[in-house]
Amino acid sequence: MTYVRVIGLAWWLQLKMRSRSAFDGLLGVLYPLFFSTVVFMMFRHGDASGAALLSAAVGASVMGVWSSTSTTASAALQQERRQGTLELLVAAPTPLPVVILPITLSMATIGAYSLVVTLVWGRFAFGVDLAIQRPVQFVLAATVTVVSIGVLGFLLAVSSVRYRTAWALGTALEMPVWLISGFLVPLDLLPAWIRPISWLLAPTWGIDAIRAAAEGRDALPALAACLGLAAVYGVVGSLLAVRLVDAARRHATLALT
Amino acid sequence: MAIIDVSDLRRTFRSRSGLRRTEKVVEAVRGISFQVERGELFGLLGPNGAGKTTTIKMLITLLLPTGGRIEVLGHDVVASPREVRRRVGYVFGGDRGLYERLSGLDNLRYFAELYAVPAREQRARIGELLDLVGLTGREKERVEGYSRGMRQRLHIARGLLHRPEVLFLDEPSIGIDPVGARELRQTVKALIEQGTTVLLTTHYMFEADELCDRIAVLAGGRIVAEGTPEQLKQKVSVGNVVEVEVFGLPDGAGDRVRALPGVRSLVIDERGPAQVLLVHAEPGSEVTQPVLGALAGARVGRVATRQPTLEDAYVELVGAA
Repeated sequence: MTYVRVIGLAWWLQLKMRSRSAFDGLLGVLYPLFFSTVVFMMFRHGDASGAALLSAAVGASVMGVWSSTSTTASAALQQERRQGTLELLVAAPTPLPVVILPITLSMATIGAYSLVVTLVWGRFAFGVDLAIQRPVQFVLAATVTVVSIGVLGFLLAVSSVRYRTAWALGTALEMPVWLISGFLVPLDLLPAWIRPISWLLAPTWGIDAIRAAAEGRDALPALAACLGLAAVYGVVGSLLAVRLVDAARRHATLALT
Repeated sequence: MAIIDVSDLRRTFRSRSGLRRTEKVVEAVRGISFQVERGELFGLLGPNGAGKTTTIKMLITLLLPTGGRIEVLGHDVVASPREVRRRVGYVFGGDRGLYERLSGLDNLRYFAELYAVPAREQRARIGELLDLVGLTGREKERVEGYSRGMRQRLHIARGLLHRPEVLFLDEPSIGIDPVGARELRQTVKALIEQGTTVLLTTHYMFEADELCDRIAVLAGGRIVAEGTPEQLKQKVSVGNVVEVEVFGLPDGAGDRVRALPGVRSLVIDERGPAQVLLVHAEPGSEVTQPVLGALAGARVGRVATRQPTLEDAYVELVGAA
């Protein structure tokens, strides 16, 4: 129960901190609009309509969630190190994974805004027909996808505890995951050897579940895969965090100097 | 039984740099041992790079030792770090270590959760600490608008949230004004009266002299002296200290003073346009007139004779290390 309180409060305080930067806020509002505008214009230029345009809208919206989380999750711990709070977080008795998880979940939550705004922008600026066939499953799939991306961000972020330059990892993975998870390009078009990598990524299953719910197919199998992978990321990330904290204590990388 | 038991503690830092990945090895702590009893205020003094912060970071589980053993409250810091973390507090000096975009209150709420302060006690405990550090009424303001003194007081409140049995204060008064520093010393004294054990590092000798029951002086990663402030003063120099202010010290004058009978040591302190000669005399020796004679031709300002202070002891101990 205590850990649930820690996660809840830390998630809320992280959202509070990030909402207080006017510059970050402006970028957060504008970026999803740019992303989605580019995607909608590309698809319309290719004469896409109906289900294809809806699929593109869903892809663009999840792209926003992933970009918001991947680029900032690893950098967040470097920021903690820079402001001298990383040592204080490690020195506290709460296990570090419980402290890091809400940081990345808060970023995924900010990304959820882009999911909503992309769909609304598509509807009103580009006339995308948001005829969601299974609305309950759609909302559930979107929620699980946001959470799973938050947990994947957590897995990336823990490496920053040990390695000061690991903040670059998230940025390096941002665009490859757009492609490999099939946000815009169908997985069938990718080389066969890439598909197993796609299957290991929760966003692949998350977006599949969202599209299935939108098109009226059963979203639950993909949703279960997405949730299962998120649980695996959580366990692996937690075990890794313990080892990396020990390595950081051995190599003295918790502080900048 | 000692609350803090440090035995032959060592810490080596290794780093690689350059194209050839040349390894650089720094022995920051070289086999130190000391014990701190319950309710004691123990000071670690030493120049920059002496190993004070490295030692504290090993004590609070942020760094693993490369050798030796540390027990805090009966727990080995390597084998049982969480047990140690639950029962110790850590406060460091300076501007860092706070969430700037959050209010002081939110900072305290966050750390109260991280230290598992029971939810029903949090509000009262935070209010009590805000009163203690004089931040009541300012707690809802964002930390980015706090003065350095306010930040330092917030740090102290954060470190005390979970009522730690041992508090580690790493240069807590650095950069705060004299009034703030005096309030800080009063807060530390109050904590000691309540039974908290405190380990303090500081550069301010008067602070260590006023607060510490015992002191260890670190230099080059080793303890060069240990004892009460009075014992340290006795250990180094039982003679008087003659302070002579000189404007333009002639060449060779320092060597002439050092060579005088009855002079144990000389430290020359540059203070703006003047140099202040701190001449430590042998017990029973009167060196004022011979020193002034050795400075013949120089423009001499203030001359004073006094008992040795902790700072004199420190300067001599560190200088000799």
